[in-house]
Amino acid sequence: MDKAVAKPLVDIQNLTFSRGERVIYDDMSMQFARGKVTAIMGPSGIGKTTLLRLIGGQLKPDAGHIWFEDQDIPTLGRRDLYQARKKMSMLFQSGALFSDMTVFDNVAFPIREHTKLPEEIIRMMVLMKLESVGLRGARDLMPAELSGGMARRAALARAIALDPQLIMYDEPFAGQDPISMGVIVRLIRSLNDALGLTSIVVSHDVNEVMSIADYVYVVAERRVIGHGTPEQLRQHESPLVQQFLQGLADGPVPFHFKAADYAQELMELKA
Amino acid sequence: MILDKLQQLGAATLETIQGFGRATLMLAGALWGRPRFVKAWPLYIKQFYVVGVLSLLIIVVSGLFIGMVLALQGYTVLSKFGAEQMLGPLVALSLLRELGPVVTALLFAGRAGSALTAEIGLMKATEQLSGMEMMAVDPLRRIIAPRLWAGVICMPLLAMIFTAVGILGGHLVGVDWLGVDAGGYWSAMQANVDFEQDVLNGIIKSTVFAFVVTVIALHKGFDAVPTSEGISRATTQTVVTASLAVLGFDFVLTAVMFGG
Repeated sequence: MDKAVAKPLVDIQNLTFSRGERVIYDDMSMQFARGKVTAIMGPSGIGKTTLLRLIGGQLKPDAGHIWFEDQDIPTLGRRDLYQARKKMSMLFQSGALFSDMTVFDNVAFPIREHTKLPEEIIRMMVLMKLESVGLRGARDLMPAELSGGMARRAALARAIALDPQLIMYDEPFAGQDPISMGVIVRLIRSLNDALGLTSIVVSHDVNEVMSIADYVYVVAERRVIGHGTPEQLRQHESPLVQQFLQGLADGPVPFHFKAADYAQELMELKA
Repeated sequence: MILDKLQQLGAATLETIQGFGRATLMLAGALWGRPRFVKAWPLYIKQFYVVGVLSLLIIVVSGLFIGMVLALQGYTVLSKFGAEQMLGPLVALSLLRELGPVVTALLFAGRAGSALTAEIGLMKATEQLSGMEMMAVDPLRRIIAPRLWAGVICMPLLAMIFTAVGILGGHLVGVDWLGVDAGGYWSAMQANVDFEQDVLNGIIKSTVFAFVVTVIALHKGFDAVPTSEGISRATTQTVVTASLAVLGFDFVLTAVMFGG
């Protein structure tokens, strides 16, 4: 395999990021290989979405590098950052479709903004993208008329409209029924392979992620606690990783939020 | 106790100043760079329609009634002195100098300003602004700029329409109902209204108000906490802050224009 030789598309080195007093990431490093689906898993509230925003340059880290191709994203000026963003795209949890435009116009939006192609070619491109997510027939609907799964697929069509190199999925499976979940799982894999994309999937749906990812990072407590292929992870010795993968309620990540002693607190109420 | 109050006051002051800073940054981002009037033309047209044309009804109806009430009230006082023929200038000057710009701005803040705040706040909450940014499209230029220009250009026009309709409303009550001489109504108005002093100053006023109201509305939306509660608070703040700002600016501008 060329995995060891090829330079990763995104290379995060010694990333530190904090929000106010709260440290989200502490000296974290991870690599995303070209042409692969890499997943980031972890309990909710550890800032997985934040990581995607850091890669997209919407947030700036306190320290560390985020290399995208040969550019260090946090150091880029506005113009270069916008150029770099044309090569990446992000699928938001809500889909983030523009509610005042039809599905067709939503998908055409990035093409119209960034190219001067004639309208016939834009139409062809949009129809091809919509066909690949199975929504060619829904092109004249407004986002409000779509089901949650369809909205996410429409947003996916928009995300691939300009054939990006990198696509980031923010919780693509959250709140989906089993059928549309299956559809999206398959779409992520097939689009990645057909278009030669590099995909980053942020999720806590263990089974779905393990079924499509080439490589998985498990993030908790401000750092990477385990990484490897899905098979390697299942054998991982860390109890924290195992708790997460098996979905155990209590373990290294406690079920109870930090609190004073239970018995003592009950007695206090009486007093 | 007193220290706590002081601390709260300090925090509120800092927050306000930071808000000014963020609003200025937003404004700079929206106005910076080459405007893309040609490519963005449909966007501008749409905003002119939403912000301007859709506000027409409330402006016309309010203008008509305010003109009618002015004439009615003015007539009862003027007739005591036998000065009914001064009804025209009374209506026209009140509207041109004060009521036209101010009431239009207040109505505009309630009708279009609140809508702008809610729209942009909701776009923020549903990640549409973020999504746009990730598609390498600057939301300040794509979303904020057209709305800013639409507000700044439409509101003075609306104020002029308000004033014109108000003067007609005054005519309706004063001349057609109460029997003031039509020629007197118009000729006294013509003799007493100065273009520079009255008309132009009114336009300057409403341009200032337009800028203030629109910037407040856009900033409150752009800065809203992206939750349903945050958006509702931002919308309320738009109407309250914009209305107070308009009245404050009105006093200052009146003092400068007509005070000395």
